[in-house]
Amino acid sequence: MTTALRRYPVLIALCVAALFMIIPLLIVALNAVKSPTEYSQNGPLSLPDGLYMDGLKDFWERVDYSQKLFNSLLISGAVAVCAVILSVLNAYAIGIGRIKGRTWVLAFFVLANMLPQEALVYPIYYLSKEAGLYDTRLSVIIVFTVIQAAFGTYLLSSVLGQFPREIIEAAKIDGANKWQILWRIVVPVSRPTLGVLMVFFFIWTWNEFLLPLVMLISNDNQTVSVALGVLQGQRLMDATMTNAAALLGVLPAIVFFLLFQRTLTRGIAVGAVK
Amino acid sequence: MTITVERGVTGKKTQAGPPRRPRDSYALFLLPGVLAFLAVIVVPFLMNTGVSFTDWQGVGSPGWTGLANYRELMDDSEFWASFRHSLFMVVAMAALPTAVGLVLAAALFDYVGKHFGSKTVAVLRACFYLPQVLPIAVAGIVWSWILAPTDGSLNELLKAIGLSSWQQDWLGDPDIALYSVMGVMVWVQIGFPLVVFMAGLQRVDPLLHEAAELDGAGWWSRFWHITLPQIRPEIYVVLTWCTIAALKVFGAVYVLTKGGPGGATNVPSYFSFTTFFEKTQVGYGAAISTVLTVIILALSLIGLKLQTRAEEGDGS
Repeated sequence: MTTALRRYPVLIALCVAALFMIIPLLIVALNAVKSPTEYSQNGPLSLPDGLYMDGLKDFWERVDYSQKLFNSLLISGAVAVCAVILSVLNAYAIGIGRIKGRTWVLAFFVLANMLPQEALVYPIYYLSKEAGLYDTRLSVIIVFTVIQAAFGTYLLSSVLGQFPREIIEAAKIDGANKWQILWRIVVPVSRPTLGVLMVFFFIWTWNEFLLPLVMLISNDNQTVSVALGVLQGQRLMDATMTNAAALLGVLPAIVFFLLFQRTLTRGIAVGAVK
Repeated sequence: MTITVERGVTGKKTQAGPPRRPRDSYALFLLPGVLAFLAVIVVPFLMNTGVSFTDWQGVGSPGWTGLANYRELMDDSEFWASFRHSLFMVVAMAALPTAVGLVLAAALFDYVGKHFGSKTVAVLRACFYLPQVLPIAVAGIVWSWILAPTDGSLNELLKAIGLSSWQQDWLGDPDIALYSVMGVMVWVQIGFPLVVFMAGLQRVDPLLHEAAELDGAGWWSRFWHITLPQIRPEIYVVLTWCTIAALKVFGAVYVLTKGGPGGATNVPSYFSFTTFFEKTQVGYGAAISTVLTVIILALSLIGLKLQTRAEEGDGS
């Protein structure tokens, strides 16, 4: 009885705290479907009278949101795939090949992952201009492939370091070369970990702000994050427009969250302590 | 697993000659990675460091000025202010979320998980974690609208519950703006430690808790003497990661305040960004980001060291 009395207040407190976390998003959703007149009459806290979708539609057309979504999907998707491939190649040499000086190679990748992007951003901006890659989605894909692969290499190297050697030895006896062992054995067996990495790389790249802000200046190349951030920074939007923007920015994130929830939470646990 | 092997390579009995230097031939697999790293990370980083010793403005040829930029930084009150604000960000993004995350994780694990089932835990955890998956630019839009001076939801809410005198220009008042940004960052950040700690708690042997409970230990004393020491490796990881994230914080400041009002929320990464791209003092901006890099690398090494020690001390 005493434990029952003790645990309900804890549950209630936790529920209140959880509600506090999602309330900002709920208010945004409420106000994104209000008409401007309704907003100015009743303020942000009232319930909407009906569904007013024009604000969302106006904003969508004004910023060409389909294009922004496409850019974000293209960039994040390409980075997720390329960075996983690069990570696997690196980790294969370090974790399974056990090349000489692997500790130093690994330290090199870890340090690269910890460098702040601020210390790379101007040279990358300058070099990409020289190379004719400035303001292209390709430039952002290349840069983030490398940055994400630094983390991927670190994580996968320790995973592949514990890969059962017997399997590889058996394949060698059967005459498989290193390339075949990598693609036919190591990659299929490590598929769960690679999946986690891919989800992470996708979402991290989707959320990136500084480098895309610097590199993607033309409207046709901007990602969702950059387009919304730049608009907000200029403070050109009224309240309804702001809410439409916020809601349209939140929705893809929530979709990914629901799709990948299990992968995400499991992945964090693996990534953090390995 | 063995099935995969057999299916994958049956009937492939080719070239079985004695491989020369079998260990090093794997180095070929590292080649693309190393080349890409040189091009995207090493060369730009060295360039940035080199430029920090010049008066380069982004065009023309840079003039070597030695340590002049660094000497100027020492006397630049804007620079010191930005690092002071970084310390506030470390509190908001590392210290507070870790402390709160620990208590929340333990409470979810001990009470909710045991008495109300894992479904309830999953839902609550998802609520706390949600802000973590939002792009920071989007979180910034949400909050700058909520914290707006006129018609902002927070001010409206205060009015509605009769606390009009508490209304503020949350992001526009130089005395308050930094605390407002800190509040937003706590909201953004709290899910990460929570999820990591909950995963860590699953390693803790429940028998330890049961034994302590039989000995009459209360929740706090069990939390303090059993839970905390057991998940020390996770605590170091979270603190290191979050401190680094706090030192790098850029998007939130860009979207919420643009470093203002009057530099009240300026942080090193935003400071270097404006020095690069608005003032085009590339040499000076490079010096700022080089100092930031040195600090971050030093902290990372300390964090890694603590983590390794904690894991060894754990006996695992």
